[in-house]
Parts: sequence; C-alpha cells; structure tokens
Amino acid sequence: MSRRLALNTAGFVVAALVVAVLPRFISSYHALEWANVGIYFVALLGLNVLTGYSGQVSLGHGAFMAIGGYTSAILIAHHGVHDVWTIPLAGLVAGGAGLGFGLPALRLTGLYLALATFAVAVAFPALARKFERFTGGNAGLVLTLHTNDWLYYLSWSIAGAGLLLGWLVLATPIGRSFRALRDSEVAAISSGISPALYKTLAFGISSFYAGIAGSLVAISTAYVNPQTFPITLSLFLVVGLAVGGLGSLPGSVVGAILIQFLPTYAAHVSKQAPQVIEGAILVGVMLLLPGGAAGLFRLVQSSRQP
Amino acid sequence: MAQFWQQVVSGLASGGIYASLALALVIVYRSSGVINFAQGEMATFATFLAWTFLHHGISFWPAFALTLAVAFAGGVALERVVIRPVEGRPVLTVVILTIGLLILINGATQWIWGGAVRKFPSPFSTRPIHVGSAAFSIQDIGIVGVCLVAVALLTLFFRFTKLGLGLRAAAVNPEESRLVGVRVGWMLALGWGLSAALGAVSGMMVAPVVFLDPNMMQGILLYAFAAAVLGGLESPVGAVVGGLALGVLLNLLGTYFSTFGGEMRLVGGLAVILAVLLIRPTGLFGRTAVRRV
Amino acid sequence: MAPLLELEDVEARYGAIKALHGVSLAVGEGEVVALLGANGAGKTTTLRAVSGTVRRSGRISLVGHSLERRSPEAVARAGIAHVPEGRGTFAELSVRENLRLGAWTRRGRLHGEEERVLAYFPALAERIRQPAGTLSGGEQQMLALARALMARPRLLMLDEPSLGLAPLVVASIFAILRHLNEEEGLAVLLVEQNATLAFEAAATAYVLEVGHVALAGPADDLRADESVRRSYLGY
Repeated sequence: MSRRLALNTAGFVVAALVVAVLPRFISSYHALEWANVGIYFVALLGLNVLTGYSGQVSLGHGAFMAIGGYTSAILIAHHGVHDVWTIPLAGLVAGGAGLGFGLPALRLTGLYLALATFAVAVAFPALARKFERFTGGNAGLVLTLHTNDWLYYLSWSIAGAGLLLGWLVLATPIGRSFRALRDSEVAAISSGISPALYKTLAFGISSFYAGIAGSLVAISTAYVNPQTFPITLSLFLVVGLAVGGLGSLPGSVVGAILIQFLPTYAAHVSKQAPQVIEGAILVGVMLLLPGGAAGLFRLVQSSRQP
Repeated sequence: MAQFWQQVVSGLASGGIYASLALALVIVYRSSGVINFAQGEMATFATFLAWTFLHHGISFWPAFALTLAVAFAGGVALERVVIRPVEGRPVLTVVILTIGLLILINGATQWIWGGAVRKFPSPFSTRPIHVGSAAFSIQDIGIVGVCLVAVALLTLFFRFTKLGLGLRAAAVNPEESRLVGVRVGWMLALGWGLSAALGAVSGMMVAPVVFLDPNMMQGILLYAFAAAVLGGLESPVGAVVGGLALGVLLNLLGTYFSTFGGEMRLVGGLAVILAVLLIRPTGLFGRTAVRRV
Repeated sequence: MAPLLELEDVEARYGAIKALHGVSLAVGEGEVVALLGANGAGKTTTLRAVSGTVRRSGRISLVGHSLERRSPEAVARAGIAHVPEGRGTFAELSVRENLRLGAWTRRGRLHGEEERVLAYFPALAERIRQPAGTLSGGEQQMLALARALMARPRLLMLDEPSLGLAPLVVASIFAILRHLNEEEGLAVLLVEQNATLAFEAAATAYVLEVGHVALAGPADDLRADESVRRSYLGY
C-alpha cells in the first residue's frame, strides 16, 4: 500500500471516529450546526469535481441545490414519500439537470460559463416563485421535523459516502481525464480525451452532489421556499471552495466549516461583519494563497522536504 | 398605440441604466480581460455615498458630480491594489476575486448604512409630458438623456483625447503600447476608474425608481450582463445598443405577455444571456475570436 | 567619443532558459549597427533586453544613463524606439492613430510632425484613415517605422524589417533608413537575417552565436571574412 494511500486511509478512519463520537460531547444545537457543515461539505465535494478537477467555473451551484431541495420537498409534501428515500431521487433529478445544462454549457468557456451560471442563480428564485402550483410559491413547503442528532448522523454518513465515492471516481481514468482537461484542454484532446463527454459528466456528477445537499437542506430545515437558496449561497460555496482549496476533497471540509461558522462568530462583531470578513478573506486568499487551505498544506509539506 | 410608445420610452429609460452598467463592464473587460462581478455593488456603494452627500444638504447635481469623482478614484485604487497583483493569473482566480469583492462591498454597504430601504430623490420631476394621447414621464426622458450624455462624453474621450487613445491601445495590445511609452498599468487603472464612475451614473439614475437598498443593483447587474453579452463583450457600441434594446424588449414583453411581468423579467434576462451565448457567443457586434492551437 | 548605447556582459532569460550569455556591444551616435546570426542566436532577445521586455542583467546604458532597471515605458521615454519583429502595429486603430501613439512620449504640440514623417511614406498618407490591419505587409512595416519616427528617437531598433516583404519594398525601406541616418543622424541597431542588406546598410556588425558575440567589427571587414561569407552570405 503506497504511503499516500495509507496516510489518507488513516486520516479518514480517524476523522470518521471523531465524527461518530462528536454528538456525545456537544449540545443539540451544535449538533445541528455540524450537521450543516456536513451538508455544505457534500455540496463542496461536487463543486470541487466541477471546478477544481475539470476546471469549469460555476457560480450557480445553489440552483442545483435548489432543484434537489425542491424535488425532495415536493415529493414529501405533495406525495407523502418518506424523506430519506427522496435524497437519492433529488440527487438524480439534479444530476439530470446538470447533464442537461452541461451539454450546451460546453460551448461556454471560463468567463462566459461563470456569467451564465451566475445568471441562472440570480434568476432561479423568480422561477420558483412563478411555478407556485408545484413549489408553493412564496409561502414554500413545510416538511416533517427530526432531531438534530438524527440530522447530524444522516448528513455525515452521506458526506462520508460521498467522499469515498468521490475519491473512487477521481482515482479512475475518469479522474485523470478531468485533470488532463483542466490542465490543458488542447493536450487532452490530442490524447484522445473527449472534452464533451467528460465535461458534461463532471457537470452531472457535481449537480448530483448538489442535489443531495439541497435535499438535506430541505430535510434539516423542514421547510423550503424561494429564499432558501439565494444567489449568496452559490457565492459562499465558491468562497468555501477557494478557501478549502481547489482540487482537494478533504480541503472542502475546511471550506464547509468556514461557510457554517464564520457568520456565527463574526456576528459577535456586528451583524454585517460576517459578510465583510468573508469577502475580505476571499480577496485575501486569492491574492496571497490561490491554492487555499490545501495549497497552504502542500506548501508546508514541500518546505519540509530536504 | 399610445401605450406602445409609452412602454418604448420607459423601456429606453431602463435600457439606459442597463447600458451604462454594461458599458462599464465592457470597458473593464476590454482593458483588463476581467468580468468584474462586483461592478453592481460598486455602483450601489457609490449611490449610497451620493445619498449621504444629499443628506448633508448638497444639492443634486453637485452631489452627482462629487460622487462620480469619488467613484472614479475608488475604481482606480481598486485596480491598483487588488487587481494588479493578479494580472496574468488563471481566469478562475480573478473571477473568484471579483466575487470576493462583490461580497465584501455588499457587506460594507450594509454595515455602513444598514439594510433599510431609503428614498433617493430624482433630479427630474415625475410630471408627465403629453404627446398626442400618450403620456411620457419626464423622469424617463431625463434618465435616457443622462445616460446618453455619459456615453457620449466617454465616446468623445476615447476617440479624441490622447489618454483615450492610450487606453484603447493598452486594451488591444499592451506589449506594443509599452514600447511606445504608454504606461499600461495606469491605463488599466483609468479604465476601472471610468467604469466605476459609469456604474455610479447607473446607480444614481435607478435609485429614485427602485428605492435605494444594498441589494439594489443585483438584478440590474444581470441585465447589464445580458446587454453586454447581447452586444458582444468586446464592443462598447454593442453594450449601449444591447442595453437600450434589452430595456425596450423586456418592457414590451412584460406589457403584452403577462407571464413576463414583474420578477419574470429576470428570467427574461437570463433567457437572453443563454440564447446569445449558445447561438452567437460573440454577440451582435463582437468579432469572432480565433482560437489558436 | 562615448557611445550612444552600450551593452556590457548582458544576460537574458525566458523563464528558466538563458538566451543571452554575456553580450557586449556598442552603438555610436549616428551609427548604423547590424546584428547578425542564425535563428535562435539571440538577436531578438538582445533588442528585447535593451527595451526591457525580457528579464535581463548586466550593464545597459544610454549615453551613460543606466537602463537596467527601467520598464519598457521608461526606455521608450528615454528615446529608444523598438520596432519588433512582425511590425507590431495596432491593427484596429487607424494609420493616423498609430502615428499619434508613436508620439506618445513627446510633450507639447506636434506641429507638422505627422507631415514630416509622412513625407517619407507617401503611401501611408493616402491611407491615413484606414485601420492599420487592412494595410499590406510592406505598408505595415512602413507604418511601424513611421510610428517609431514620430517619437524623434535617439536610437531606432529594428527587428527583421525585411521579413516577408517583396524586394522592391525592402529596397525602398532601406533607402529611407539610409536617408534618415545620413540626413538626420539617426542611430540604428538593426537585426537582419538578410546579411547582404545588413552589410550594405551598417557601418559596424556583430555576429551572434548561441547567445554570445562570436565576431565583431567594421561591416566591410566582416563582409570579407571567409567564415561569415560561407555561413551568412552563401558564397
């Protein structure tokens, strides 16, 4: 077993143990907070596959979360499906939407794609309000409540499964193809990698994750309305991604923690401070440390080598 | 028929606002190669500054001019401090950076002025002018006028002044420009300053209509993107024509097809963006980019 | 007499690759100096080292003032006009605008400057409003030259002016260069693959090989040199 694989596995096992025991030591309220961290982690895993690994910028991932969230909500509220069963369905619907978006999105590169996804995220709440019959319009849909501990274990088991799945996929030739496309599309094409196939696949995979995360959001807040998934969610996901590090799946945990806890703690300074600090952090990270937390880690690692 | 022309004129007013912000986006894109996602928030911040000046008793047009000057300086400073260090870095880094600025500036606006919605005075009366059986709002006409004057002044600047020429040169060919002695870095900063001022014009024209609040320009930014994309991201003419056309189009659609009224305008803007990017990505006035392998 | 431009042990690199390994040369006031050499010898890099568009080290001075730390913009302001390989005209801007840009470093009004320069290039005068990109290759080369002259430079650096142009056009360009040098005392540092042309135009020549100076001396001497004749003149 290679050293890297051993380290990763050991790290994973330790982390899994910590996650498993944590609720014993913290209050129910904190358990909910950490459940949310798990949910953001799932979303970031997907976004990382798309942006970090296949190099496609999406500023609209919140919209795919919304698709997943509304799918679950509609199934639960209108059709009485048991919530946990809706999670994979939400993922599939969102994943399908991702594939559907990914195909025409092939024509858009870099800035244009960022622009288009930004527009989707800004316009989405309006769409949710419009199709009142399904979405409950502004009033939204109300779902069943659960205990915080249950939500915690639900989101983290899914997060763990998602991480393992992600690692698995990226270790296969699919992952290599993603990386090749990100680093140099022209070179990848000449090696016979079809950008159309892999880029669309990346969109599908990442929105699958986003849909699941959105579904978890719906279940954990027990309520969904157009304001549940605003443009700021998409933007904060990008913040979390950048801070955690592009191309680092474990780094996404750092990002998820940031998204969840920064607003709470910075709010001690002032109600608006969190946003200013998030923005400042993002600008600072991009200026000084474009690799994010993972980049910092790699920097430290490489400086230790002789 | 009267209603048609009324909607056209008020559509031109919205269009003028979109065109100003779109032109700001295009100037930055042409010179720095960056889409400044924070352009809307910069405009909002400037408009709040204007509100503060007005609140302190300065009358409208002096406050307007003062705000433009401050916005210009802010844009220049922003380019030099935050954008210059990331020149040449990958697209993603710069996109995320401007998103960071968006978040930061929006937060700062809320922090300084709070989230409450405010009234912003208009320099134009809201009395209508009657032409035949149609009633046109003076305010609408005034907005179109201000936006067109701003655009015209900028056009004159670019075509007839030495600095304008330097900026255009730096935008199309920075390496060559350096060889003739153009300080390319400062030209880019100038571009950002002009864009910030244009954004401020857009903000101050729209605030009386939609009321001033920190999230005021988010929708406008979407329409500005749509206008810039429609006209072609590289084309200043395109941004202006695109903006005016978009304003009229969305207004007429909203009037005659009730599904497109109210908030669905945003979806309309989105549809324009997606349609243009998929059918003719270079827009109406853009040039097709040759992809060198 | 102190030289106008002096290079001493100049090194230059593109990223990790070193292109110049210690080049020394000098251009006197009103002198035409030719830089010869095979592809990749470092001729273009030498010009770039002077104009500051490549990372360089070593002594570079213009009339005694050091240029080593100056940005390209500052080098232009100091009076050096660099016409790069491939003309480098601003294709989207009109001929007139290209010329106006050439005069960027000049302060004050430009009375008659445009006329003065266009007198050398009547073909350009006819096309004054056209976008530079619509001009033929020869006309673009003339425009690049005209633009450089608008700055009234002390030193003109030309990179491969004859590249891709018809012989008649090349001849007229070199005739203009000779006139400028003789009538106005313009100093020229000329990079040319066409050795015959270079030797005719220049008083002094340097032959570069793999990033350093292999031969240097009066053009007439070098032209008669056996190895030069075989390698660069083809006989």
